[in-house]
Amino acid sequence: METIAFKKIYTKITKITKATCSLQATGVGYDEMAEVNGRLAQVVKINGDNVTLQIFSGTEGIPTNAEVTFLGRPPMLKVSDDLAGRFFNAYGQPIDGGPAVEGEEREIGGPSVNPVRRIQPSLLIPTGIAGIDLNNTLVTGQKIPFFADPDQPFNQVMAMVALRAKADKIILGGMGLTNDDYLYYKNVFDNAGALDRIISFVNTTENPPVERLLVPDMALTAAEYFAFDKKETVLVLLTDMTLYADALSIVSNRMDQIPSKDSMPGSLYSDLAKIYEKAVQFPDGGSITIIAVTTLSGGDITHAIPDNTGYITEGQLFLRRDTDIGKVIIDPFRSLSRLKQLVIGKQTRADHPQVMNAAVRLYADAANAKTKLENGFDLTAYDERTMKFAREYSQNLLAIDVNIDTTGMLDKAWGLFAKHFSKAEVGIKQEFVDMYWPENA
Amino acid sequence: MMENKNRTKGVVSGIIANLVMVEVSGPVSQNEICYIELSGESLMAEVIKVIGKVAYVQVFESTRGLKVGNTVEFMGHMLEATLGPGILSRNYDGLQHDLDKMDGVFLKRGEYTQAIDPNAKWDFKPLAKVGDAVSAGSWLGSVKENWIDHKIMVPFKFEGSYKVKWLAEAGNYMASETMAVLEDENGKELPVTMIQHFPVKLAIKAYTEKPRPYRLMETGIRIIDTLNPIVEGGTGFIPGPFGSGKTVLQHALSRQAEADLIIVAACGERANEVVEIFYEFPHLDDPRTGRKLIERTTIIANTSNMPVAAREASVYTAMTIGEYYRSMGLKVLLLADSTSRWAQALREMSNRMEELPGPDAFPMDLPAIISNFYARAGYVRLNNGSTGSITFIGTVSPAGGNLKEPVTESTKKAARCFYALSQQRADSKRYPAVDPIDSYSKYLEYSEFQEYLSEHISVDWIDKVELARNLLLRGKEANEQINILGDDGVPIDYHLRYWRSEVIDFVILQQDAFDKVDSSTPLERQQYMLNLVLNICDTSLDFDSFEEVNPYFKRIINLLKQMNYSDFKSEQFNNFENELMATLNERKAA
Ligand SMILES: Nc1ncnc2c1ncn2[C@@H]1O[C@H](COP(=O)(O)OP(=O)(O)O)[C@@H](O)[C@H]1O
Ligand SMILES: [Mg+2]
Repeated sequence: METIAFKKIYTKITKITKATCSLQATGVGYDEMAEVNGRLAQVVKINGDNVTLQIFSGTEGIPTNAEVTFLGRPPMLKVSDDLAGRFFNAYGQPIDGGPAVEGEEREIGGPSVNPVRRIQPSLLIPTGIAGIDLNNTLVTGQKIPFFADPDQPFNQVMAMVALRAKADKIILGGMGLTNDDYLYYKNVFDNAGALDRIISFVNTTENPPVERLLVPDMALTAAEYFAFDKKETVLVLLTDMTLYADALSIVSNRMDQIPSKDSMPGSLYSDLAKIYEKAVQFPDGGSITIIAVTTLSGGDITHAIPDNTGYITEGQLFLRRDTDIGKVIIDPFRSLSRLKQLVIGKQTRADHPQVMNAAVRLYADAANAKTKLENGFDLTAYDERTMKFAREYSQNLLAIDVNIDTTGMLDKAWGLFAKHFSKAEVGIKQEFVDMYWPENA
Repeated sequence: MMENKNRTKGVVSGIIANLVMVEVSGPVSQNEICYIELSGESLMAEVIKVIGKVAYVQVFESTRGLKVGNTVEFMGHMLEATLGPGILSRNYDGLQHDLDKMDGVFLKRGEYTQAIDPNAKWDFKPLAKVGDAVSAGSWLGSVKENWIDHKIMVPFKFEGSYKVKWLAEAGNYMASETMAVLEDENGKELPVTMIQHFPVKLAIKAYTEKPRPYRLMETGIRIIDTLNPIVEGGTGFIPGPFGSGKTVLQHALSRQAEADLIIVAACGERANEVVEIFYEFPHLDDPRTGRKLIERTTIIANTSNMPVAAREASVYTAMTIGEYYRSMGLKVLLLADSTSRWAQALREMSNRMEELPGPDAFPMDLPAIISNFYARAGYVRLNNGSTGSITFIGTVSPAGGNLKEPVTESTKKAARCFYALSQQRADSKRYPAVDPIDSYSKYLEYSEFQEYLSEHISVDWIDKVELARNLLLRGKEANEQINILGDDGVPIDYHLRYWRSEVIDFVILQQDAFDKVDSSTPLERQQYMLNLVLNICDTSLDFDSFEEVNPYFKRIINLLKQMNYSDFKSEQFNNFENELMATLNERKAA
């Protein structure tokens, strides 16, 4: 409430753990920021006049007589159009050598949108990648992660999607990004002439892990400024959310909380949902779309991090190397865009939903045939055909290096159907078969 | 409601996220509501534990900026639902604040809007007479709310018996006006308006008995109505990993189920899924009344980014509203997506209070909490002899899709229908991905329900359903054998068995939720299709080699699917059926 003319300095720390310190202090607000010997910290617990602070960069070397001042405010970001084209650290301080950004100070991690004020997402985001546009169509206002093992080229795919998405602003939230990957993003955006549309908040592997916890909220506060105040279409890239969750577990662990599955805090679902639910289509045209990366360990999606993520996001894009064709594909089984039905067959050709499903069903038949083969059984003629189909489908449509428009994808799929199957085997609604079955095939 | 002079006061003495310790200067009770003052905002909270002079309260808001020393006022009552005409078509948050009445695009902390407009006017018709003996839940009169005869009842908080001393005449009244004056046994007079309040954590028990439910509740979903039927007043749950179709199935239920009104509790899930209802329901017709679906629907939205503590409250608020309408003799369908999020909210809080955790760090009393909640659903006979029901179907989101976890296991003990969604079926796009082998409806074992089905569908209906189930099971076994021994390592009959089960799977079980015709199948059509499919399964067919079986059945399935996509008994439908019969005759054994 009151503006503090000069700040009281505390110098008696009573307890120090790996991530937190405690002291006696009064008049402190929950979530308030503080400085401990110049390091930024945040109030995480108040018990009477005993206040516990989480020090973002860790407590190494903090003495019991460290100088503690409270800043009287939660973490903030100054927002203005000057954010565009700039690179910041997790605290929102410039790391590109440029001047500090002037603008209105906003609390990060602010309130949620009233659900009745949301607009139903309805604008298709074309990417040219058939594994996305055909099978898992993206829509503005959506939130969706790539699920990928660390050795998959998710940063490349994400940069490609971002550039093709034609957003007014692309906001990169990097968490535990290697310096090389950070420079890769910078380069790709620079080469595409897109740097003035990019805003980055980056915590690299060289920075303390707990600082990462600020990155999504920083990125999304900037996103809300451009999407809500400026009515722009904003794409937020968050990579890698697994490292974000790891930082959460470090903190809860050091605060002696009872861990739930996979030593993650019991609040993991709520913590992640608060971030992802910032994706929104605003009533006046602006939107925030979130594309994230959740790295898996050994493809395990039942681990608490991908599992909770899948329950929150509007689908997931599963990257997998198809050894039959030697390329990375978007796996049609495990991938899903939950918002696709809002646009497919409406903003794309009417046969889109049925073609998509038929192709995936036939691809599943091929997977069964493959299992049969691996178990040493003879294949039927139908099995053979599904396997041929699957190869071509993977090569021509699922591979991430495909770049065509949706109508082209649909025509290609019909071509593959006619080449390998009878109409009954494909089992699509008669009216579409009449219209699109290539008779000369 | 106006006894504020004796309210207990307190001051904040500690804060851990949304758990706040309050030092109190008077009596407080468990689950009592309080408001914490913070720079002109009041934050609503609920007492969840008391030790000595310290009340532990869970705050239904962000506690950012809260300080030790902030003042607290206790309200002397538990969290209550506001009950009266005007609830239908509303969009509430978990604490029943009207979301549409809030200002701005973003939610504001401490902005609490009224659930019911006290000044709205309603056309009142008396149902009771002066001199009538009445008790809690008795119908005093009725007003038209959309198409429903909304009963104005003796408040549920009134204990004992009363006499109607005065009753308003038919006419147009504001919801807050006195509609009746009741006299208790000691001659004390009590005014009654159209609006009453009742604690959400307590069950409304204004009925004489809770008989076993026995009437089918049609949903238009074949795998439910035909194979695993739910009844009016029944309970069911839908567990499944993410993306397996829980929400799509619940939305289909909310659109199609044959209920008088639907209450949807969006509990800790995605906001865009609620937006879908906001967008679609005003345009979709309720086939039974010809009115718009939104007119029979109330939404309680506590989405995943809204305050966690209100998640738990949201399902109770929804249940209390359901009980209120049930007491009017209506058929209520209550849907909650997802009950796991509510359990997780309990876990977060129990964790902050450093309670001894049960399995997976959930609170020890989770099974009791879940079973008490499901027990509030049911079919009841009211004091005046009419009946009402709450059918409750909740989704469960098991961690890692593994059904051996506390929420699924506790729910399995409490709910009578089990609609297990299978990852495998979802992966191969066999929607709805309800596992036909694992799922069940216990109601099929109720003799009352069996009689109902014989009478309303056909005498041999249950036998046919059993037969279909058997064929599915035998098909599955045959398929396992084929996979072990190879296509040519088994008799042709195994292939036939497998493909017969595939016919049932593709034509009866699978249903396209997004197709105009296929999405909802009336019972008559379900009966027709099951008979047709069983006929096909019963037909002996001749094949020379197993290689002929697959393409032949693909044709059969394709024709049946085309029938599913066509209007029932339309020319198109009949043409496909004729073609089907011709195809069947090609291989009919002599
Ligand atoms: N009956 C159905 N028909 C067609 N598609 C379905 C059906 N059920 C689910 N789906 C598909 O699966 C996706 C996920 O379903 P959803 O109900 O949101 O899953 P869950 O709630 O279990 O996470 C949907 O977006 C849709 O694409
Ligand atoms: Mg869902």
